[in-house]
Amino acid sequence: MLNARGIGRRFPGVMALDGVDLDVRAGEVLGIVGENGAGKSTLMKVLAGVEQPDDGELIVDGLHVSLTSTADAHRLGIVLIHQELALADTLTIAESIFLGRETTRFGFTQARDEHRAARRWLELVGLDVKPTRRIDSLTLAQRQLVEIARALSTEARVLIMDEPTACLSPTESSRLFDVVRSLRAAGVAVVLISHRLGEVEALADRVVVLRDGRRVGELVGEDVRAAQMVPLMVGRDLAAHATDHERALGPALLNVRSVTQDDLASETSMTIRAGEIVALSGLVGSGRTELLETLFGLRARSAGTVHVGDRAVRSGSPRAAIAAGMAFVSEDRKATGLLLEETLTTNIGLARLALRREGDGLLAAGIFPSRPNERALAHASIGELAIRPTDASRTTATLSGGNQQKVVLARWLAIGPRVLLLDEPTRGVDVGAKAEIYALLRQLARDGLAILFASSDLEEVLALADRVLVMHDGALRGELPVDEASEESILQYATGQTPT
Amino acid sequence: MKNVLGVIGLLVVVCLLTALASEHFMTGRNIENLMRRTALFGLLGLGAAFVIVTGGIDLSIGSIVCLVGCLTPYLVVECGWAPGLTVAFVLGVAALLGVVHGLLITRLRLQPFLVTLCGLLIYRGIARGITGDQSQGFRSGFSDLRFWGNGRLEVGVFDFAVPAPAVVLAVVAILAAIALSHTVFGRYLRAIGRNEQAARYAGIATDRCVVAAYTVCALLAGLGGLLFVFDVGSAQPADFGNVYELYAIAAAVLGGCSLRGGEVSVLGVVVGAAVMQVLRNAITLVPWIPDAIEYAVIGGVILAGVAIDEVVKRAVAQRRLRNSV
Repeated sequence: MLNARGIGRRFPGVMALDGVDLDVRAGEVLGIVGENGAGKSTLMKVLAGVEQPDDGELIVDGLHVSLTSTADAHRLGIVLIHQELALADTLTIAESIFLGRETTRFGFTQARDEHRAARRWLELVGLDVKPTRRIDSLTLAQRQLVEIARALSTEARVLIMDEPTACLSPTESSRLFDVVRSLRAAGVAVVLISHRLGEVEALADRVVVLRDGRRVGELVGEDVRAAQMVPLMVGRDLAAHATDHERALGPALLNVRSVTQDDLASETSMTIRAGEIVALSGLVGSGRTELLETLFGLRARSAGTVHVGDRAVRSGSPRAAIAAGMAFVSEDRKATGLLLEETLTTNIGLARLALRREGDGLLAAGIFPSRPNERALAHASIGELAIRPTDASRTTATLSGGNQQKVVLARWLAIGPRVLLLDEPTRGVDVGAKAEIYALLRQLARDGLAILFASSDLEEVLALADRVLVMHDGALRGELPVDEASEESILQYATGQTPT
Repeated sequence: MKNVLGVIGLLVVVCLLTALASEHFMTGRNIENLMRRTALFGLLGLGAAFVIVTGGIDLSIGSIVCLVGCLTPYLVVECGWAPGLTVAFVLGVAALLGVVHGLLITRLRLQPFLVTLCGLLIYRGIARGITGDQSQGFRSGFSDLRFWGNGRLEVGVFDFAVPAPAVVLAVVAILAAIALSHTVFGRYLRAIGRNEQAARYAGIATDRCVVAAYTVCALLAGLGGLLFVFDVGSAQPADFGNVYELYAIAAAVLGGCSLRGGEVSVLGVVVGAAVMQVLRNAITLVPWIPDAIEYAVIGGVILAGVAIDEVVKRAVAQRRLRNSV
């Protein structure tokens, strides 16, 4: 019912999509897989009218169409459910479902009619809550279902779901899959984008694999299996992911003793030695980010001590943590990492300037930043981390995700940290840069840093870590040396089951 | 520098048009007066810029002008305080108000708009209360003190003299330019305006910087208030400094400050203040513009200025995007 022919989309410096064909059929679940940066999200945005293709054409029910807005797509029954949900927190469920299409009489909204209609759609997606509840009182999974109910209420025929289970627990995910299956039975075409190949295997009737903006393969029926998808997605040997666990470990560098914090369920203690890479694993919402932010002083701890070497770190002050030698690469580099409109030079020098170390060449007379020395630092970092493009006076927003992440890393390496904390270090980073970041982290560990990173990507955890700490419900539940860790054993701890 | 060219162009155009429409524009006296008014409003605009660059806003500027403007003659004339002590006291009060704004915004996480809107109401109310709503003036005394507001530094050409406040503005503007563009403090303020969270995560003491920005703003409003009352000689608490915060914010925005924060140009702010004063002057001088529509003219020109600026910026960005592909 929806066909795309030769879709091309260019961004400054990149071909995001290059001549992609795609057929979406009624009553079928179509999986789209590919590495980060393969063009999946761009393709979906083109199908949903969010972005316009530079080349190619879209055909709906045999007619050529041009979608210049999401409203155009909606009229044709194509709805995209975003990775980040787009609901207004303070509206009720019913108001959200009918936002922009309110039932009115004489210009007044008809709450009762809307509630009645909303109840029907909620029932269809299996969500048993009152339509008068506010969105901010719902869990992420419930919000997801509200979005689907909203899509269905517009009589969507093509439902595009971008990473729908990224924030869901296994139970919530399987509920969502039941809903998807019942939609398929009702003749809706579902396009599913997911990193979790297991899900795609379980749900999809057909899978299209994208790599570097090109369509590199299609698997149908029996062939829809993760083992078949991976080689297509990666397109080369996974040698870059090879592990290296032959580092000499030094003395304990990060000492955490009985730390408590309001958002953490119980006391946390851990020790990380120089040269050691430790992974913090767990499901989304298990408290990994909260723990890292507490260690770094972004959240005040209620009790307990944190030491870097023999130096005690004051609670609730990132400045104290940095002064003690800690660095923190946060999860969301756009919101909490980079000054996107500023140059690479400014971004790379920021943490070191803020440290205001005496005698630092970056400062003159204690208050004036030295531009030449800042530029020299930026050039050195760009060379060392192979940041592309190499122009330090460029605006940071123009870089790719992987290179932006390297800029954040460069900022922290510039202070010469002893303990490096990272939250999802390769989120939104393409395969090539990912391998470079892995190599860099291993090199830093060999140089004697203590590294603690949180990651939802189990492959990453297993490839990088010497030791895996697993969190569940705001507490450390398990510790596994890497040779005993496997996806299964980690997931058992992460879902709160006690391994037998 | 590039983003200042627009407002400089606007100033040139407005000056040319006014000079063509009125022969009184290009006289020594008129230019001198324009410089004086520009200097006074420029101080307020620079204060506003410190706050705007962090992504904040200060609506209390006019009321601080009023409070300082009324208290100063009240203290020296009615209460007999020494002039030096009075000046130190009123400036201290202004700075303290800025500290309070900053603390309310950073510690209690109140919105800047709300905090300073309440300031706008409170300080004028206090000024009217203390003075019993009576106009406060220096009578004919204190000419040494008032020199800073109404003084003229003769240069011996025509009947033109450099107004004393212009010297004050020059000094403040140079200090502000250095602080904003060449010190770590300025760098931090811009970083906060771009992305406060990222600045905090990078180890910048964001709260302290924000408090400092509101303090600088209130202090400059206080200094402006002093010079205004020195210039005029008396202050009527009910309307002294009324809507001056809007002139200050408009000067900053005309001068290239983004209300989203992160961008600032000291030269731009001063030129922006000059544009507004030339416009007011034009309305007075040009016979066929009725005085009553002053606000409409100023509002219209500012709106046209920023709209053209935005359109030009977009066109440039579009072209850059096309060239880079």
